[in-house]
Amino acid sequence: MRNGLLIDYEFCSGCQSCEVACKKEHGFGVGVWGIRVLDEGPWEIDEKNLNWNKIPTPTSLCDLCADRQAEGKLPTCVHHCLAGVMKFGPIDELVVELDKKPNQVLFVPGPYTCK
Amino acid sequence: MTTRAKIDSGVENFKNDLGKPWQWEEGGYTVTRGCAWSAPGCHPVGCGVKFYVNEEGILEKVEGDENQPITQGRLCVRCLTLPDFTYHPDRVIYPMKRAKEDRGKNKWVRTTWEDAYDIIEKNIKALKEEYGPESIVVFGGTGREGGPMCGPYGAAMIGTPNACYTQSGYACYIPRVAAATYIAGVTYPEMDYAGGLPGRYDDPAYKVPEVLVAWGKEPLPSNGDGFFGHSVLDCMKRGSKLISIDPRANWLATRAAYHLPVRPGTDTALGMAMLNIIISEDLYDHEFVSKWTYGFDQLAERVKTMTPEMAAEICGIDVEDIYGATRMYANAENAAILWGLATDQKANGAQSGQCMLALEAITGNLDIPGGQLLGDVNDSLGDLGFGWKELGPALQNKIIGLKEYPAYVGMVLNSHADLTLEAMETGVPYAIKGGFIASTNLLAGTCAAQPKRWHDAMQKLDFVFAADCWITPTVQCCADVILPIASFAERQSMVGTHYGASPNMLGSVVDAVKVGETKGDLEIQYELGCRLNPGTYARFANFEEFRAEFRMGNCGMTYEDMREKVVVQREVRYKKYETGRLRPDGKPGFNTPTGRVELYSTMFRQFGDDPLPYYEEPQRSPISTPELMEEYPFVLTTGARTYAYFHSEGKQIPLLRELNPDPLLEINPKDAKALGIEDGEWVNVENEFGKCELRAKVTPVVKQGVVHAQHGFWFPEEDGEEPHLFGVWRCNINELIPHHFVGKLGFGAPFKCVICKVEKLSK
Repeated sequence: MRNGLLIDYEFCSGCQSCEVACKKEHGFGVGVWGIRVLDEGPWEIDEKNLNWNKIPTPTSLCDLCADRQAEGKLPTCVHHCLAGVMKFGPIDELVVELDKKPNQVLFVPGPYTCK
Repeated sequence: MTTRAKIDSGVENFKNDLGKPWQWEEGGYTVTRGCAWSAPGCHPVGCGVKFYVNEEGILEKVEGDENQPITQGRLCVRCLTLPDFTYHPDRVIYPMKRAKEDRGKNKWVRTTWEDAYDIIEKNIKALKEEYGPESIVVFGGTGREGGPMCGPYGAAMIGTPNACYTQSGYACYIPRVAAATYIAGVTYPEMDYAGGLPGRYDDPAYKVPEVLVAWGKEPLPSNGDGFFGHSVLDCMKRGSKLISIDPRANWLATRAAYHLPVRPGTDTALGMAMLNIIISEDLYDHEFVSKWTYGFDQLAERVKTMTPEMAAEICGIDVEDIYGATRMYANAENAAILWGLATDQKANGAQSGQCMLALEAITGNLDIPGGQLLGDVNDSLGDLGFGWKELGPALQNKIIGLKEYPAYVGMVLNSHADLTLEAMETGVPYAIKGGFIASTNLLAGTCAAQPKRWHDAMQKLDFVFAADCWITPTVQCCADVILPIASFAERQSMVGTHYGASPNMLGSVVDAVKVGETKGDLEIQYELGCRLNPGTYARFANFEEFRAEFRMGNCGMTYEDMREKVVVQREVRYKKYETGRLRPDGKPGFNTPTGRVELYSTMFRQFGDDPLPYYEEPQRSPISTPELMEEYPFVLTTGARTYAYFHSEGKQIPLLRELNPDPLLEINPKDAKALGIEDGEWVNVENEFGKCELRAKVTPVVKQGVVHAQHGFWFPEEDGEEPHLFGVWRCNINELIPHHFVGKLGFGAPFKCVICKVEKLSK
């Protein structure tokens, strides 16, 4: 069973703790990310409503914190997420969570299969 | 220790450090648990941190501590980058001095603490003898441990009455505290987020708020006044509905049931209209009103003068939304208003605060579970008035502004900010000759209006010393000596939520690591105080005794006990007005002259202001100065917080700077189009008081006709010497904020409601 990251973007505040925690964990510097918060918005749906979703998106460098996993620890992005909107685990367990509410996305990072 | 699950992340299924002691060894590291508070600056939330120190004694990494009951392992970018802050090559880690003629130049030389203290002692004593102790001013800021010590730094350490938080009208926090103190006799009604309850949101004593009102506050990045901002999201996930009152559609506002994008500075009109609706539609708590409030009928009369329709017109919002949001708030079984900094940043702010307190009171939300939590009358971090009594009446009466603004100066025991600058400039009522820059970077577009005037006035002082972690533009401009202050990984102290004023938690600040020769703010106060004003410190045999009284005073623990426990939740008691815990005499009721929440304020009346709320236009606005709008067509609000920085701090940390490289001006797409301004383009922002350059962010978060400017920018990578001074003037939005545009009681200044023009820059 693969592991994944389940993200509830209804409540992601865009604090970027995931980005920076990841950089510190992996030693990534400026301009390199293991996860990045995509800023989908803000744009006007109508006069009263803006579309604005912040979606933490693992990059090709995301290894789901393999070293931490080996020690039985959570990936650092999940551990530090201020909004508490990230979950890590086997996909079958996350799918159950995914079905509980809308505005979630399940990422399964890993090496490209085409290369 | 009981094991608790981490908020919403399933940490219980993974290996974690729940139940670990305050210190242990792991994989070549000494891991120490502590709580975060200053430096780097933040408000006292006391987020739980684990410091990983390697065998060479280097702080290699920081992680969030799962054991902290409020933050539960969560941590923001500023704490995550603490190692980068700690070992940055620009960090000041030894005392340094510079000849007076070299002010503004990078001619600092390292010295010893002994020598630095000797220089300070010699100069301060000479100034005190020649010009009197009142000729020395302490310049105070916010967010560092030294912030709330501004008063004691002055009165106790130096022996001057003139401790001064330099922001015009004390336009941060104190206007709200004054409203709460004078009207309800409490420090600050905070949203109850179960911070003191062992079971947190699931504790049987708690009830998740049905409605939250974020009013002029962006709590998620700001953690204002020690409130852990993301608690709002915790509650919303558990069912709380949100009303957002903010000119900006900050991200949180997009999740609100109602977003009321008021024109900046018009909140009091809205507050009065909401009271009007609640009273006229009989949505108020009759029992609370009759038992615990004073002046309800007069308030009802007054708010009739502000109909929702009038407020809608003034604020530029839909009247249906005022009705809808007000009914939702009033009908909720429990609700909390999160009053923000915007309350303070207008001359009419005391009245905004008055309205919010009245709303909280008449809806019966004061001190109930999931409502507005009140502090116990005896709760605070320490004696903020330390040293004042010892000054004696002659010096006390010399504090600048006591005659003009007694409600301000007498309450907070700070000299009035605007009048202090005027005294420095004119020598009236007396000459100011010396200064202590107490961990504040007031020139960098933070806590000063018209910062160039402060710069010029501070440059003229005979002697200035500073305490900071960096050579900031403020230090570079005029300090002769700088004392290096410790971070929260480098000293022994403690932190209490909201300076101890909200009953949530107390936590230890630990010295997990030694960096250069830094010392804690409190230690500096004690050591310098023993030299400059020894009588006041004579009753303490040593620093530990001083710290015990000043920091550990109300928790009944020694520092060593606290360090072992790391975090202690405080007992939460609701409805303290029934049990006598709001009054020093132990009688039920509120600590006001009438013993009730004064909807009609006898204290406001005594100080010469209207006892009831009233609306006043900002001094510059489309309504008050229509003749200026052709030249300055935008309403300007400033200073919304970001995750990357605490005000001016953090600009030299690459991983933080990457998040917010340049100071931004948010402008509506339609306005930008009309001016031919592209997203990302540098623009000139200007008004009759000053100008600066900012980078346009074209975004619908602001309405047409309103722009928002980021504050607190300087450029540590640029030339630090005068006159460039790290580029501090180029992007300094506070140059556009006028001096001494304050409210009747001396509180509030228009940092969030002036006018300006925006133009393309030709470069």
